[in-house]
Amino acid sequence: MLRKPATATQVTHLQRLWLYVVCALVIIFLVAPTLIVIPMSFSDSRYLEFPPEAWSLRWYRAYLDSSEWRQATVVSFKVAGLTMVVATVTGTLAAYGLHVSRAKAGKYVSVLLILPMIIPVILLAVGIFLAFAPVGLNSTIPGLVLAHSVLAIPLVLITVTAGMRNFDINQEMVARSMGASRPWAFLTVTLPQIRNSVMSAALLAFIISLDEVVIALLIAGGDKATLTRRMFLALRDEIDPTIAAISTLLIGLSVVLLALSQFLQSKKN
Amino acid sequence: MKSSMTDAGATSVGPAAHAPDTEHSLPISVQSLVKSYGAFRALDNVSIDIRSGEFMTLLGPSGSGKTTLLMVLAGFVRPDSGSVTFGEREILLLPPHKRDIGMVFQNYALFPHMTVAENLAYPLKLRRAGKAEIRDRVERALDLVQLSGLGGRGIHELSGGQRQRVALARAVIFEPRILLMDEPLSALDKNLREQMQIEVRRLHEQLGITTVYVTHDQREALTMSDRIAVINDGRIQQVDEPRDLYEKPSTYFVANFIGETYSLPVEVSGSSVMLFGQPIKTPAPPEHGDRHQALILRPENLHVFEAEPDPGMNSMAGTVRQHVFQGDSIVTYLTVAGDREIAVRRQHRSDETLPAPGS
Repeated sequence: MLRKPATATQVTHLQRLWLYVVCALVIIFLVAPTLIVIPMSFSDSRYLEFPPEAWSLRWYRAYLDSSEWRQATVVSFKVAGLTMVVATVTGTLAAYGLHVSRAKAGKYVSVLLILPMIIPVILLAVGIFLAFAPVGLNSTIPGLVLAHSVLAIPLVLITVTAGMRNFDINQEMVARSMGASRPWAFLTVTLPQIRNSVMSAALLAFIISLDEVVIALLIAGGDKATLTRRMFLALRDEIDPTIAAISTLLIGLSVVLLALSQFLQSKKN
Repeated sequence: MKSSMTDAGATSVGPAAHAPDTEHSLPISVQSLVKSYGAFRALDNVSIDIRSGEFMTLLGPSGSGKTTLLMVLAGFVRPDSGSVTFGEREILLLPPHKRDIGMVFQNYALFPHMTVAENLAYPLKLRRAGKAEIRDRVERALDLVQLSGLGGRGIHELSGGQRQRVALARAVIFEPRILLMDEPLSALDKNLREQMQIEVRRLHEQLGITTVYVTHDQREALTMSDRIAVINDGRIQQVDEPRDLYEKPSTYFVANFIGETYSLPVEVSGSSVMLFGQPIKTPAPPEHGDRHQALILRPENLHVFEAEPDPGMNSMAGTVRQHVFQGDSIVTYLTVAGDREIAVRRQHRSDETLPAPGS
């Protein structure tokens, strides 16, 4: 650690100690509410309490033993997996199309695609509910996948567009001149080079769907309830530490996926 | 040197002098191509015939339409009207991947996620060649561009010149009968560029493939081409062999664009040409009857005399302004007829004395 300034103008760590303290406080303020559920999930108590008086894994057992929670988990993962596929394919194609297009309408199309990220989710949820009602898509897996894809496509679009920026489209042209059809040139030349961005985008799409609750509250009823919806309802009806256990698992998974996504993005395509 | 200031427009060229070797190359015929972007005419009624096996360079300043023309040939730009045939076949409606052309881009466009050998194998795999055949042809292609043994290298491990060679080899490995090149050497430094010019030319002679080469570098065009098509404002100005283009430019633009030139106004009446009121001798009588034309002077064809020269030569009086030493030559800038600047270039000899500026 640097204690004495090496030159007359150098600032020592001691002199900017206040800055480190402020940063630490900000981080604690941001992260603590999330992390507080982790010790609570290992509590032996019947109620959500902090700090716990005794430790146990009973709430993890309770989660695994409940057929309702298990069913919700299956729904959540099914929807997240399918959303990942739908949003990644559509978002990547959109990013590619907008990248190579010289059309003036391109700008408006990308704004349109990013719109779901900007407007309040509750409005989106109400709109989706009303649109799905007449066609019977509410409380169905395809309905949930479509709704979550709307939320995930903007992130896929942004991530893949960023990855495409470094890609030289001449490579695709040269592949086509050598006899590759356009889709084949995309698959063999373009896609391998934007692969990390696409995979990173796919992980983001998965997390978005897995963590989504507002739309699920409105359109995911009956046996198609997602994990987050069931958690929300459980929280309203009874304070049950099972939720803390599930939350801890979800946080762990999200952190891992997000870290993986960041790692893929930081690696050169 | 004499040139008229009229615009001859698109020049068309007669049929191929030698019999087309359609096994290795195809002639290209471009008829009345038009391509507009809004109000801008990138190609304005372009017609040109390229002989089978010919090295044709499209030369012009940036924005002249030369790259647009190349992209029409490649199939990446669809023209508004016109016709393009490779051999007997009309190809305008064919997508790029069905045209069977080799292409080299300025930035090489090598696939960085593949090795050198995989890059070369790409077009062969598309043609469903067998493994043994691919290995064989990749090796021969590497030999052809003097990169034997580098097949396993990654693209990032190659120097600029080596990348250029790989791009060339990849463009010809599947034996296309037409090769298109878009400023392929402009990213290289001067020495390497000159070396590659000779290399590309050698490759062309070896393969006999019809080659269309785009450049804005007139020296490169003069060095490499069988014929050069000078393009400006979406129109073909002149199509000729390098020497004819240099010595007999048919438009004012071509005269100015190729080589270093100075122009002086001349008055033409009948068969006589007057420069600043003095009659001058011309190698051929003026072709056009216009009164005001331009005399194009090239610095290397002029001489400076301190005394009155032989009356049989065209001459004019001028004042020496400045000498510029350029290593192998010395350029003398003079003022003639009061305010017109011309330059004279001569080989540099260390023992000579130069007329002092102001004389």
